[in-house]
Amino acid sequence: MTDIDFKSFKAQPLDYKNQRNQRLYRLLFGWMTVLLILPVLIILVLLTAKGAPALSWEFFTADPINGMTEGGIFPCLIGTIWIVAVALFASVPLGVACAVYLSEYAPDNTLTRLINLAIINLAGVPSIVHALFGVGAFVMFFDLGTSILAAGLTLAVMTMPVVIVSTRESLQAVPQAFREACWSLGATRSQTIRKVVIPNSVTGILTGVILEVSRTVGETAPIMFTGAALFLPFVPDNFFERLSSQTMAMSLHLFTVSTQVPNVPEELPFGVALVLIGMVLVLNSVSIAFRMYLRGQKKW
Amino acid sequence: MAATTATEKLKVRDLTIRYGDTVALNGASFEVYENEIFGVIGPANSGKTSFLRAINRMDEMTSNMHVSGEVLFNGKDVSHWRNLYALRSRIGVVFPLPVGLPMSIYENVAFAPKLRGVRGAELDEIVERCLTRAALWDEVKDRLKSLGSLLSGGQQQRLTIARALSQEPELLLLDEFSIAVDPVTTMRIEDVLKELKEEMTIILVTNLVQQARRLADRTAFFLNGEVVEVGDTAELFTRNAQDQRTTDYVEGRFG
Ligand SMILES: Nc1ncnc2c1ncn2[C@@H]1O[C@H](COP(=O)(O)OP(=O)(O)OP(=O)(O)O)[C@@H](O)[C@H]1O
Ligand SMILES: [Mg+2]
Repeated sequence: MTDIDFKSFKAQPLDYKNQRNQRLYRLLFGWMTVLLILPVLIILVLLTAKGAPALSWEFFTADPINGMTEGGIFPCLIGTIWIVAVALFASVPLGVACAVYLSEYAPDNTLTRLINLAIINLAGVPSIVHALFGVGAFVMFFDLGTSILAAGLTLAVMTMPVVIVSTRESLQAVPQAFREACWSLGATRSQTIRKVVIPNSVTGILTGVILEVSRTVGETAPIMFTGAALFLPFVPDNFFERLSSQTMAMSLHLFTVSTQVPNVPEELPFGVALVLIGMVLVLNSVSIAFRMYLRGQKKW
Repeated sequence: MAATTATEKLKVRDLTIRYGDTVALNGASFEVYENEIFGVIGPANSGKTSFLRAINRMDEMTSNMHVSGEVLFNGKDVSHWRNLYALRSRIGVVFPLPVGLPMSIYENVAFAPKLRGVRGAELDEIVERCLTRAALWDEVKDRLKSLGSLLSGGQQQRLTIARALSQEPELLLLDEFSIAVDPVTTMRIEDVLKELKEEMTIILVTNLVQQARRLADRTAFFLNGEVVEVGDTAELFTRNAQDQRTTDYVEGRFG
């Protein structure tokens, strides 16, 4: 037997230093996280505290009255839902189709890469630029006037790149080996997409889409010049008339009551903001629920 | 074996496969006869998998893969097939890493027959027959509805064998099928392969030199993208191999 140097099993100074570093880093990153969450928490708490008194059944169902200093937000709520619905129906089918083409059909060449780059850049264009594009294209060139349709389409153009990017990511998360296995069984590209690729990415696609839509709920600039009105409680019943009319919207109403109108009771703008955030939260919760469902369904 | 009198199922002429600048297979020429088991042996990176991918035209789906030369399947160059899906449906493939499609065990095996339009009782029958042949039926017959991708590695491998058989292929390409399968099951599948060659032609790529020796009628030895030798298995495995490198490899002196 050789002599064993038992000292070498003892904790050495280096280990103590490592432990100290570990603790330091955990503390550092932990506090950074707290710093990040704190403002969000403060906003939520303040909003709830100041806005909750404004909430009532009437707040959701009545028109604004008395120079928007009293009454409810009903037309704004409905208007936002309409605009977002138009944006959804216009951007999702097109965006998903485009992503399927780019991910499953397009050859991997310079042109495809350029298109991908363009889409990513498009996603970064400021919303005010989209707003001006919407005025030029939908309001004036296609002669839709300032209307729900024009506003919804402007939002659709704005969200499309993000829908494409998130859908493509979900599609590409499906392992290539599944596609090859499918092809070698004699399936066509479209059969492979329908039977293997889409069923295994649909939850991811939906999650992304809902997240993107929830972002558009609060957008103000793109709808301000294209379809949103400051004060317009009256809305036509006819579907097509409604689409081609202007509307009130939550985001713009918030701007109006907090800066444009005198003598507004303090809780009113906070109430509007609270409802707006609530709408976003509901959509995000749906998206998170989908994601959890997706985890449960994970098939590989 | 009187192989020369048999019909040619596959004829390879000057086949060269490139990935960008990498040459995976260089100027291969040989033929594979109907109803034989054709073994392909060779160390890693010798181009065995690439050869199989060229047969069922996976190059069409792989952006950087380029194939030149001829691969005649039933006398017709695979690059001239207009309907690649018809070509692929006649060729069964088993991948080295088992790929259970993310659907039920039943659906995995029923996938290809369904593409052909088979339904109902006939479908059930095909699924049972193929799973039985792949030595998997007894283990999964009570849970056909559970996910194929959640089976163990060896079970998934047998599932992919069953799936390939469900195509009722003329040509079966096996790429290291026994990688994840235990020795006893491997033996069972090997017995099945011997029966299957009555119905189809089998190309067996294997890293287990002894497996080629047990099963293959003729064997090709690939080395670094070059086909060193093609011949009767018995001859390759005795000292009658024409190339010293073949003898060295089968006797385990390198590779
Ligand atoms: N998709 C690909 N892109 C680029 N190069 C590839 C690709 N597939 C294979 N190759 C290259 O082609 C060469 C041959 O690979 P191949 O898979 O045919 O070898 P193999 O004989 O099957 O090896 P193994 O026994 O390890 O499976 C290797 O050098 C490999 O790096
Ligand atoms: Mg290989």
